Amino acid sequence: MPHHTVYEAKIEHLQILDENGKLDKKLAKDTLTDDQVVYLYEQMRVCRELDEIAFKLQRSGRMGTYPQNKGQEANAVGSALAMVKGNDWVVPSYRENAALFMHGMPMHYVIQYWMGDERGSKFPEGVNITPLSVPIGTHMLHATGIAWAFKQRKEADRAVITYFGDGATSEGDFHNAMNFASVMQVPTIFYCQNNSWAISLPREQQMNSATVAQKALAYDMPTIQVDGNDIFAVYKATQDARKRAIEGGGPSFIEGVTYRLADHTTADDARRYRDEEELHAWLDKDPLIRTRKYMESVGIWDDKKQEELENRAKTIVKEVVDAAISVSAPESSEFFDDMYADLPEDLKVQRDTMRTSSIGRNPSQIGLNAQAAEIQ
Amino acid sequence: MAQQTLVGAITSTLDQALERDPEVILLGEDIGSNGGVFRATEGLMAKHGEDRVVSTPLDESGIMGTAIGLAIAGMKAIPEIQFEGFLGPAYDQLVNHGGRMRTRTRSAVTVPMTVRVPVGGGIHAPELHSDSPEAIYTHSPGIKVVMPCTPYDAKGLLNSAIKDPDPVMFFEPKRVYRTFKEEVPDEYYEIPIGEAKTVVEGDDLTVVTWGAPVFQCLEAIDNLPEDVSVELIDLRSIYPFDIDTIAESVQRTGRCVIVHEAPLTCGLGAEIAARIMEECFLHLEAPVQRVTGFDTIMPYYKLENEYLPEAPRILKGITECLAY
Repeated sequence: MPHHTVYEAKIEHLQILDENGKLDKKLAKDTLTDDQVVYLYEQMRVCRELDEIAFKLQRSGRMGTYPQNKGQEANAVGSALAMVKGNDWVVPSYRENAALFMHGMPMHYVIQYWMGDERGSKFPEGVNITPLSVPIGTHMLHATGIAWAFKQRKEADRAVITYFGDGATSEGDFHNAMNFASVMQVPTIFYCQNNSWAISLPREQQMNSATVAQKALAYDMPTIQVDGNDIFAVYKATQDARKRAIEGGGPSFIEGVTYRLADHTTADDARRYRDEEELHAWLDKDPLIRTRKYMESVGIWDDKKQEELENRAKTIVKEVVDAAISVSAPESSEFFDDMYADLPEDLKVQRDTMRTSSIGRNPSQIGLNAQAAEIQ
Repeated sequence: MAQQTLVGAITSTLDQALERDPEVILLGEDIGSNGGVFRATEGLMAKHGEDRVVSTPLDESGIMGTAIGLAIAGMKAIPEIQFEGFLGPAYDQLVNHGGRMRTRTRSAVTVPMTVRVPVGGGIHAPELHSDSPEAIYTHSPGIKVVMPCTPYDAKGLLNSAIKDPDPVMFFEPKRVYRTFKEEVPDEYYEIPIGEAKTVVEGDDLTVVTWGAPVFQCLEAIDNLPEDVSVELIDLRSIYPFDIDTIAESVQRTGRCVIVHEAPLTCGLGAEIAARIMEECFLHLEAPVQRVTGFDTIMPYYKLENEYLPEAPRILKGITECLAY
């Protein structure tokens, strides 16, 4: 056989809950219970509220640049529920707020963080989350490394999930992380939130690949494309991937097809490059709308519950914002103190004097004249 | 106690670290069955297993990035980058993640890793195998940088680096990997990061250097007239560096020559000269002199000795500084 096929593969797409709120009951079997659906819907709704308030905080000058999560919440909540809080690790990008909250990150931390305070990344003990990753695609290697440590220590019941966008898959480190994970067969779940846009670059200019999911084929990694606005499909795919991971089956890849309903960040204006019609078409596929339709159709949700949730979301978010705003102002010493476990002497001097000029820093230094000394 | 070369001391120190602490893991290109291209990990995979001395895919960013992940999870990762010229792909991971993780999480997430990298010229190596990029990492907050040049110091500093809770760049001057042996105690000991060593005591002029040029400086000093007394300081730690030892010496001698292989402009010599000006201004008898690599690409090996600060050029620098 001098010329024959040596490898064949296909990419499957999974949708369980369609955009009209209609559930495929057969596929939904052994996925989410009614209570879990309600719980995830609440998580998404609170996250959406936080997103909108964060946007307003930025517009009113009380917060810096903020990347909205709007439209992508199902990816975060569905996958986060399939992972084990306090046991597994979450290695995020910056559009998975709900997943972080579900894994124990105090909600006001995210506001505090985007208000320019790194203490918003000082997660409490036992919260297994790495800080939000602003550079694109570099954090996935850390997810591979953490999972490698689990394998090395024979902590077989632990896995890692890392999130990134479609743009990140063009970065070298994406491929580095995938290859290392594949070669080392470590329990990492690569979750791509394919939201169609990397700031202004549409997915079809980001890659000439029919799917993002197929990129995992190069690493012989189980891979699937799911409707990322469908909490059932996201949960199912992540649950399968995690099961495989803890059973020694190595890494998996999930492409969640979703859409960024907001601008890239508050510093962006998507109208400069994005067709409004495309946006409007996706507004109908909003994960919150379809989940609510489904819940109403099976009688576990109604207008009254919706109203209660909206009020609760407002209260929660108000408390979160109050908590973030009432945090004491950081002191300049703080950006020195955690540079190293043991601060080098030179850094202590810089911290204690807040000077880098030597004469004023050390008035005993030979040559300081009387007039200058008085200014000290 | 055994007579060991620099590379031999590194191998035995890694061996002891693997023996001592199950959380230690070595990763890098060809470090397993091949023992590394310089044989620094010779025999370690056979002894400790291929899951602890791991030959990785050929991917420096992957090595650095996964080492950071291993360290975040609490393991003691010791990645090897095969040559300093290959640090480029790993730079982003090391500087933008390894060095920043502790402070940006206010110590909630830390990166205890030791990055081993052969460094410097003088062995007639291929292109991009002979550079001296230590100043780049010294200018990158959150990372410590050391460069021992003797077997004894290599063991002590490597032990300190592995124990250190933060990322440490452990540069190994490849030119002196096998040039001589010295007594290295079998038992565990540390040399604190940040302490220089006075190799030769003297009163007329201070030479500050680190890495392989320590030996070119010794050769230059040997060629000075007998009535000239030069002090030679081996910095050993590049960041933090021991300004106290330098300042004490220069306040005494009034003259200083700094020698390094890296290019002149923005080399560590510039920083040391600035600190000497601050700490020793009224003691100086002459401008601080720098004998370093040129502000050029490190040439391929036919010309590398013209580029490197070899003994004759150092001797000239010392003589001129003394004559000022």
